[in-house]
Amino acid sequence: MKDDMEHKNSIASTKRAEKFAFGIIKFCGIITIIILVAIIGKILINGIPHLSWDFLTKEPENMGREGGIFSVIITTIYLTLFSIIIAGPIGVCAAIFLTEYAKEGIILKTIRFGTESLAGVPSIIFGLFGYVFFVVALNLKYSIVSGGLTLTLMIIPTIIRTSEEAIKAVPVSYREGSLALGATKWQTIYKVVIPAAMPGIMTGIILGIGRVIGETAAVIFTAGSSLGLPESIWRPGRTMAVHLYILASEGLSQGNTYATATVLIITVLIINLIANKLMKKLSKA
Amino acid sequence: MIENETKNKIEIKNLNLYYGDFHALKDININIKEKSVTALIGPSGCGKSTFLRTLNRMNDLIDSVRIEGSLKLDGIDINQYDVIDLRKKVGMVFQNPNPFPMSVYENIVYGPKIHGIKNKKKLNEIVEKSLNKAVLWDEVKDRLNKSALALSGGQQQRLCIARALAVEPDVLLMDEPTSALDPASTFKIEDLIGQLKNDYTVVIVTHNMQQAGRISDDTAFFMLGEIVEFDSTENIFFNPKDKRTEDYITGRFG
Amino acid sequence: MNEDECGGGNVKFHERLIEIILFLCALTAIFGLVLITYFIFREGVPIMFKYGIKKFLLGTTWAPLRYEYGIFPMIIGTILTTLGALILGVPIGVGCAVYLAEIANEKFAKIVKPAIELLAGIPSVIYGLYGLTVIVPFIKKVFNNQGFSILAGSIILAIMILPTIVNISESAIKAVPSTYKEGSLGLGSSHWQAIYRVIVPSAKSGITASVVLGMSRAIGETMAIIMVLGNTAIIPQSILSPARTLTGNIGIEMGYASAEHQKALFATGVVLFIFIMILNIIANMIYNRAGENK
Repeated sequence: MKDDMEHKNSIASTKRAEKFAFGIIKFCGIITIIILVAIIGKILINGIPHLSWDFLTKEPENMGREGGIFSVIITTIYLTLFSIIIAGPIGVCAAIFLTEYAKEGIILKTIRFGTESLAGVPSIIFGLFGYVFFVVALNLKYSIVSGGLTLTLMIIPTIIRTSEEAIKAVPVSYREGSLALGATKWQTIYKVVIPAAMPGIMTGIILGIGRVIGETAAVIFTAGSSLGLPESIWRPGRTMAVHLYILASEGLSQGNTYATATVLIITVLIINLIANKLMKKLSKA
Repeated sequence: MIENETKNKIEIKNLNLYYGDFHALKDININIKEKSVTALIGPSGCGKSTFLRTLNRMNDLIDSVRIEGSLKLDGIDINQYDVIDLRKKVGMVFQNPNPFPMSVYENIVYGPKIHGIKNKKKLNEIVEKSLNKAVLWDEVKDRLNKSALALSGGQQQRLCIARALAVEPDVLLMDEPTSALDPASTFKIEDLIGQLKNDYTVVIVTHNMQQAGRISDDTAFFMLGEIVEFDSTENIFFNPKDKRTEDYITGRFG
Repeated sequence: MNEDECGGGNVKFHERLIEIILFLCALTAIFGLVLITYFIFREGVPIMFKYGIKKFLLGTTWAPLRYEYGIFPMIIGTILTTLGALILGVPIGVGCAVYLAEIANEKFAKIVKPAIELLAGIPSVIYGLYGLTVIVPFIKKVFNNQGFSILAGSIILAIMILPTIVNISESAIKAVPSTYKEGSLGLGSSHWQAIYRVIVPSAKSGITASVVLGMSRAIGETMAIIMVLGNTAIIPQSILSPARTLTGNIGIEMGYASAEHQKALFATGVVLFIFIMILNIIANMIYNRAGENK
């Protein structure tokens, strides 16, 4: 009898413990949503009232206290295009080499180590490097070029990683079919494998774009922070993220700060959504 | 001569199981006698494992499963038991040995610990008793704290049996327990099963007809989700009533 | 026959050339890493020796205008904020990973998983802005101080490393063979018992790797931390004191530093770089060892 009671109590307490633990775990899951909503909500609620077509198309005035962020947006676009146009092809080519040509050995191991390590370097170090190498040593000065080259280095690991996965996922049968028809290795890659891996590759590139747009520490020491439309890529410029940082830390205008943040975050969100949709399409295929 | 009345440990009436729309088990009606070995034989994919897993409600883990009919353990419907309690009474050994990535000792005491036994002395006793029952004690008594994953396949499976016995079940379900093992280990485990039936009710799914013939008291022949014939092993093998049973036994298919 | 050979030769050359180009592309990463390491060290190491490594790492005064370059306060600042981030972020991160891997039903998983991905994509300045406008004032009100504090930094960093910890831990937990869970349930355990007694311990390596990577991310964070930490270059007295991190040191003063001061900032970069590289290598080792055990 006593054993029976003990047994029933044991089961009851096991179940109670489970309920309690699951409650905490569910809370952990939900809190991430709460945090996301809180952050995005705060920005949007305070920023949207200050958004206007004028804001997007007018130049900053009075060091950003008034006016809009037109040149800032354009600079951001310049910088992003510059880095993607260079990093994209190089990253994809590197991924092709790693998946289709490379043989196991010390060279491959070193390349992988280098790529993984580069991915882990923090942005401030990229900023320092970009400054001493591009701005000073190569005498490119504060410019879109300096910033773009630095950011290229920063996103290449990401593009290599995602492209590699995408290429690996292409079925061997596609390659065999092409080779059996007499195509060369490169023709097979160029005409069959890459097109098939495109969604995955594009996802990596889009994620790279997202990263570039949000980058601050690496940009501020290479592309500089001067306001105004850069006359050429050899001139410095201020991007959205840098502008936001300056406005916020110097307390120049609450309205403009939030508005800039809103534009930045909406841009990043849209980019992430597009990348997500692409990844879903990829896994369906 | 006074014959002992053999009780029915498990009574199954009109059991039907559906995976979504697929009718996997059709109208099962049998009784499993206690302290005996009942073998489930039949061609692949015809419901033997599914049926076995119904006995300890492992099918509850699958969302699309729907069960109709009555299943009674010791006269009580298994849905009336708390599922944790049920699984304590009805233990299971799987096809591929699955010891936890812990020491031999930790594997055996896992069951007793979660059921509330904390006393170190008692746990040590349980470990020795269970490993002895599984005829594994001599081989591992000097390496109880070493990883269970370092044991051979046959030893791992006996460890899993010991682990299942440590919670002191009444029934032991075995799902093709020797199909992944070499012949020597297989024989060791068959011997073991022969001894176990003195204390436990064993239900074993097996692909190996000779194995069923060697170790079981009763045999159920499954085909396409139904039990075609259920009788003492002797009758099934030497005096089958259904032609399909006879064809399977003589190797004409499956 | 002759034609074929000619054609074959050209094609072979063409293919070889392409392979070389691709190879050079693959080298960019390691080439870049070598360049970065070289230049950062070239700029930063000499002054470390000139000033004295011990004085540099353990000196408690950072006053570049008086040629004093002790970065110990910043080392403490980095350590405390990172520790705080881990204390807050790891339990929630691992909890969320368990939620996604074992407990969440499809509907909720569809919401939580993308939420984590979005959190990962938010730029650090935005986190900094949120910290500046919400967390700092909140701490100011509750604790009656400046608000800029290690606590604020830890909270923001914890949020920022959540995606890293959740994603890697979730993969590790999902990779645990389902036979372990079945075995546990078959012995009469509850789902929760199976999780904390078998599944999570089996995923230990992956979870540890995620924590090390989270640590690395927290240590390397710059913008958000600058905006909430207060940036006083003295050893913090408590979690409510303002502080400065190694990254903050560089980020704030690089804009107006010259000559020797600048080199001292590069030296700070060297220390940071070494720290983070070691952590990344450790994380990779743990990760690879976990893969080998399968």
